[in-house]
Amino acid sequence: MTASRLSSGGLVDRSRPVSFTFDGKSLSGFAGDTLASALIAEDRLLVGRSFKYHRPRGVLTAGSSEPNALLTIGTGARSEPNTRATVQELYDGLVAKSQNRWPSLDFDIGAFNSLLSPFLGAGFYYKTFMWPKAFWEKVYEPFIRMAAGLGKLTMESDPDRYEKAWAHCDLLVVGGGAAGLSAALTAGRAGLRVILADEDFLLGGSLNASRAAVGGVKAPDFAANAVSELSSLANVTLMPRTTVFGWFDDMVFGAAEKVQKHVAEPSHDRPVERLWRIVAKHAILATGAIERPLVFGGNDKPGILTASAVSTYVNRFGVTPGSRVAVFTSGGTGYRTAHDLKAAGIEVAAIIDTRDAAADRAPDGVKVHYRGAVVDTMGGKRLTGIITERSGFEEKIGCDALAMSGGWSPVIHLACQRGAKPVWSAEKQVFLAPESDPRLALAGAAAGLETLGEAIADGAAKAKAVLSALGKTAATADVPEVEEQDFAGHQPVWYVGGARSKAFVDYQNDVHVKDLALAQRENYTSIELTKRYTTSGMATDQGKIANVNATGIVASMRGVDPAVVGTTTFRPFYTPVSLGVIAGTSRDEHGRPVRRSPLHGWAEKNGAVFVEAGLWYRSSYFPKGEEKTWREAAHREVMAVRKAAGLCDVSTLGKIEVFGPDAAEFLNRLYCNPMLKLPVGKARYGLMLREDAMVHDDGTVSRLAENHFFITTTTAMAGEVLSHMEFYHQAQWPELKVRFVSVSDQWAQMAIAGPKARAILSRVVDADLSDEGFPYLSARDVRLKGGLSARLFRISFSGELAYELSVPAAYGEAVADYIMECGAEHGITPYGLEALNILRIEKGFVTHAELNGTVTADDAGYGKMMGMQKPDFVGKQMATRFGLTAADRMQLVGLKPVDPKNEIRAGAHLLREGAEPSMANDQGLVTSNCISPVLGHPIALALLKSGRERMGETIIVFDRLRGDEFPAIVCPPVFIDPENERLKGEAQVSPQAKEEASR
Amino acid sequence: MRYSALSIIRNAFSGNRDWQPAWREPEPKPHYDVIIVGGGGHGLSTAYYLAKEFGITNVAVLEKSYIGSGNVGRNTTIIRSNYVLEGNEPFYELSLKLWEGLEQDFNFNAMVSQRGIINLFHDDAGRDHYARRGNSMMIHGVEAALLSRDEVKALVPYLNYNHARFPVMGALYQKRAGTVRHDAVAWGYARGADMRGVDIIQNCEVTGIRRDATGKVTGVETSRGFIGCNKLALAAAGNTSTVGQMAGLELPIESHVLQAFVSEGLKPVIHHVLTYGGGHFYISQSDKGGLVFGASLDFFGSYAQHGNLATVEETIEEGVSLIPGLSRSRVLRSWGGVMDMSMDGSPIIDRTGIENLYLNCGWCYGGFKATPASGFCFAHLIAKGVSHEVSRFMRLDRFERGYAIDEAGKGPQPNLH
Amino acid sequence: MASLITCPHCGSRPKEEFSIRGEVRSRPEPAAPFETWYRYVYVRDNPKGRQKEYWHHVLGCRRWLVVERDTLTHEVYGVTDAAAYRASEVKEAAE
Repeated sequence: MTASRLSSGGLVDRSRPVSFTFDGKSLSGFAGDTLASALIAEDRLLVGRSFKYHRPRGVLTAGSSEPNALLTIGTGARSEPNTRATVQELYDGLVAKSQNRWPSLDFDIGAFNSLLSPFLGAGFYYKTFMWPKAFWEKVYEPFIRMAAGLGKLTMESDPDRYEKAWAHCDLLVVGGGAAGLSAALTAGRAGLRVILADEDFLLGGSLNASRAAVGGVKAPDFAANAVSELSSLANVTLMPRTTVFGWFDDMVFGAAEKVQKHVAEPSHDRPVERLWRIVAKHAILATGAIERPLVFGGNDKPGILTASAVSTYVNRFGVTPGSRVAVFTSGGTGYRTAHDLKAAGIEVAAIIDTRDAAADRAPDGVKVHYRGAVVDTMGGKRLTGIITERSGFEEKIGCDALAMSGGWSPVIHLACQRGAKPVWSAEKQVFLAPESDPRLALAGAAAGLETLGEAIADGAAKAKAVLSALGKTAATADVPEVEEQDFAGHQPVWYVGGARSKAFVDYQNDVHVKDLALAQRENYTSIELTKRYTTSGMATDQGKIANVNATGIVASMRGVDPAVVGTTTFRPFYTPVSLGVIAGTSRDEHGRPVRRSPLHGWAEKNGAVFVEAGLWYRSSYFPKGEEKTWREAAHREVMAVRKAAGLCDVSTLGKIEVFGPDAAEFLNRLYCNPMLKLPVGKARYGLMLREDAMVHDDGTVSRLAENHFFITTTTAMAGEVLSHMEFYHQAQWPELKVRFVSVSDQWAQMAIAGPKARAILSRVVDADLSDEGFPYLSARDVRLKGGLSARLFRISFSGELAYELSVPAAYGEAVADYIMECGAEHGITPYGLEALNILRIEKGFVTHAELNGTVTADDAGYGKMMGMQKPDFVGKQMATRFGLTAADRMQLVGLKPVDPKNEIRAGAHLLREGAEPSMANDQGLVTSNCISPVLGHPIALALLKSGRERMGETIIVFDRLRGDEFPAIVCPPVFIDPENERLKGEAQVSPQAKEEASR
Repeated sequence: MRYSALSIIRNAFSGNRDWQPAWREPEPKPHYDVIIVGGGGHGLSTAYYLAKEFGITNVAVLEKSYIGSGNVGRNTTIIRSNYVLEGNEPFYELSLKLWEGLEQDFNFNAMVSQRGIINLFHDDAGRDHYARRGNSMMIHGVEAALLSRDEVKALVPYLNYNHARFPVMGALYQKRAGTVRHDAVAWGYARGADMRGVDIIQNCEVTGIRRDATGKVTGVETSRGFIGCNKLALAAAGNTSTVGQMAGLELPIESHVLQAFVSEGLKPVIHHVLTYGGGHFYISQSDKGGLVFGASLDFFGSYAQHGNLATVEETIEEGVSLIPGLSRSRVLRSWGGVMDMSMDGSPIIDRTGIENLYLNCGWCYGGFKATPASGFCFAHLIAKGVSHEVSRFMRLDRFERGYAIDEAGKGPQPNLH
Repeated sequence: MASLITCPHCGSRPKEEFSIRGEVRSRPEPAAPFETWYRYVYVRDNPKGRQKEYWHHVLGCRRWLVVERDTLTHEVYGVTDAAAYRASEVKEAAE
């Protein structure tokens, strides 16, 4: 006989068998089982291999602190490595595989490491693998990496859905055990909005594993009744399968709800997991306590479980890990388990009690060894017996399972995640959470209480305190009576002396007592250093099993109190949380929001290829016919603009309306160039600086009326410029009478550029567009021929005769269609970002490729625009610093390759001819480039040290990254039409202009 | 005791009972030639190089907690030398070179793993920026490669190539970049410094800086009493402003919290260091199997070593957007480091206006990879009184003079760097 | 704080809705000496403890706020509209 399902008992539904597989073998359990309980019922105690020594390991616990029973659940893209069998709800069709073993769980080559363990002590890898130097990446590291990790991630795309939600409540109760249910009942009955969250699928906590009577009924029934009452209260939300993993500032809690983690084929209509951000006015942490293993020789064999786990498997799941179970305990808990075993008809081999004398009553007929110690265990992949020692006498006791209890550690994790340091209680011999926030309380076992009765009373009391803090009164208290045998507390034994084999502290990471000793010997004495050096507490259970024992052991070794040693730092996440649920819906194409221009449809119709530009999708180019590359299309578009006309969607530019008697003054302070005297009906180029005098953004400022301006920003900086304006208006100059609002989404804006632009627009706009009637830099409200209100600006980013027309967004597409129709006879062509970019490079206009945040107005060639006579503008004061006015600053220039076959590419650096490549010799960088369709050869804009003085110099374009180094000639940044003749629209690309530009 | 395979074997046979302390636990002496405030990576490496390179061994490192309790133990362990500006690139390249020989130098395996960094870009502007960076590296003689999308795909086939919001266009690749076991760096330097006579004094908090009538620094008040010194060197990272204020220093520094994360241990799936250009996500996988990743600051000023959920979400959203296969892995732990964010995103290694007071701060996100060069250059400055060539731009007065070292072009708002 | 900010206009809102500029420092008079301006632009008190910061409710009412917080505990002491804060600052300076 071994581990098995008991013939009766437990809260599993024996009428609903559930089948599953483990390492390919078909097994079965019942609804209500965890994977661990089902495996135990099937006598599968060996379920995993440890990290370092690949030691055979079995289920240790019955909860989320499990370090051993980590399995890969699911198949294909739904595979989930490192899933704790002890919390995984069993479902029909569940596929589980063991991990970290090769070729099989029973025969694992990696177990060879165990033989080498004298050489593999704590931190051994810090002392070797250093020679020869080149071997680390090639030999040692690949070898170490082969051994890394436990489970395997498939890296396939997740087929399931996740979502996120906010929840608000008066009281969040974390933990649905005795204290939590009691707190929720007290607060719920008094009408508070209560959320009760628990990681388990069955609320009730330890009540479900208890044989006590509560309020006259069996403990599990008491839990079920409480749950049913809570469900009936509209103001109470029960959240089983929900782990509160973190406490963040302002009483925000993060929680992960498993919605469909207990089904083989999740429905696509619902998420598999949901992330909750719970905002609570108050919280009660009724998170219970974790039972500590005893640290003794051979304490890690399959079949050795914590005593409470044994009780839980027997009482809640109706399974037993053995047919003859020994108990090793430092307090009453082991006795409770012995009684539980007895009550279920399981033989108790003996109780080994580390204490001196009887503080607890053993079941009849069970032999108790006082002052006893287990010094070693027998068996390989399964416990077959224990060796005990008492006063020098050794005894072998045959058993197939051992229930051990080293006492309890309150779960104070959440309360200590925000910097509070746990406090050692000498009285209770546990670490407790200090009071750090009046809105957060711990109740029950989490607060160091030991009995069910105390926990229930404490939950109610803590809830009452919340009620009174919120100005409510509790309904008549009715704390149920608990009938249970009394058990004494524990007298901690951090380390059981006389170990004949390794005594493990951190099971998963294979940290044993000697490792901790070595860390002390080598002076890694701070518990944080001990942890980091030995990896104790760094496994997937984050020290839930190891940490308090490690503190106790280190304290003993150092001869100090555990209070002196302290704990390592508690941090989120209480238990590991899937990245999927934290990402929620923000993945794949939905990774970030999408913005589309009001002319998106127009562009689509015209065959645009779109490109991501921040959150926007902008039309990049409009391929036609045989065109295979973006360049072919863009060059055609450019020539169309230069020769006839083009229409480009510029709706993504930031657009801000500015009103008020101080609007001009406000803008005058924001832009470095003067704005006060901008005439009504006129537009002006404007340059905004930051306070450090670097260019922040550029755009146009149009004065539509005395107290009404309309400004544009670049697409990328639209949001930031608005924030910048709001900052100065609200935080610095609130006395200015000015109001402004973003209208970026309200207007569709299109550029109509090219010599035929006027002819085309004349058919659309009901206004005199002649040079006299609407001269360059005019900006006005106009009416379209159909009567639509619009705005027209005569500004040009291409150097051609050009207009920007704004119409209400909803009319954008229709207007653009109509302009295309009117322009058809003139050869109007849609053009995209690529053509726009070429057009502006040919004219030497800058974008954020040049204005990269380290460029001053003067660097960009706009030094003369700075209104230094103005009393104040943003950036004025810092502009005069030595480094910003130095002669060797990089300045905007143009570049032409000496050999026109050489394409100058942005990102290249510049070197003097003959100079060695070095940072000291670096002369600047190429910021933008294109092949000029007009000139027929590559051109580029660059920032070059003292560039404006170096016209005509031959310079080396250094692009070794892409295998290029060739000479180029420094020239003015304006390649085409430096006299701006073409703005009038009459001039064509003349041979003279071409010659001039290439000179 | 020298560490080697042999020493491990020898000790194994004596039950590992003969290992000696990695460093002593000395009582502070009344006076030192140099006191370094801060027993983190930079403070310890400064002490190590002072002793080893400059023969100054009458040195104390004062640490208010345990050594390595600050950012050297709370980062994403990345090392690289892929910077743009003359003020940075040569410095970080020196650092990388020091990393390359570090373990043999200080006889401690810090697992320097040159697995390569792949900085992804997703648009033309990103490509141009990385081209500029790569050429900065090449002009300084540092190897770099600009990878096409297909080349990236061949190296890291698991990225989101089919459903990305911001499709991968290519990457800048530095093969020599990689990761280091972070804690071991502190320990290796501590042990190396201690062997050379440096006193490492833990649990010793500096509470005041004593100056004489002429204003020059003569020592520090500490939780363990006054300790005199000829030179005082601050390497206090996120606590720089607090310590600086003790001497009346006003600094261009803001302290911010940066969170980082580790997943459960997994069999190796990510073999490089990756950075996402569609956001600010970076990831590698430790030799133990944990995925180590991070993203942006929490953005508010903070001295707390913990952050907030919103940042956790943003980080992981970016991670799953870039690598869809991470969805079913689990994040195990997060932590927060307090970053000494400077006004241009670059560090300061300089003298101060106060005699005998030296300053090392402003490391922003970049402190870990800088550890060796930071210590080396700081030691150089302390020992010789002049800046090392590669740190000569990292001056405290550079903002006043108009010589910011602004890689990102974000200007004087520290949380944007 | 820092998970939730109580905007004086919108109530308690999550951090995600805000952008943060940093420490509040008074912008000097235009005529102030260079040194004063330099300190305004580049020097920070950076206290461990109570600090006033500019937060912008960028995805809400778009008002700039002065948030007084503890940088060590993240406790919030108060949130004021930046314009009101500036007005009181100006008034104080005048007195």
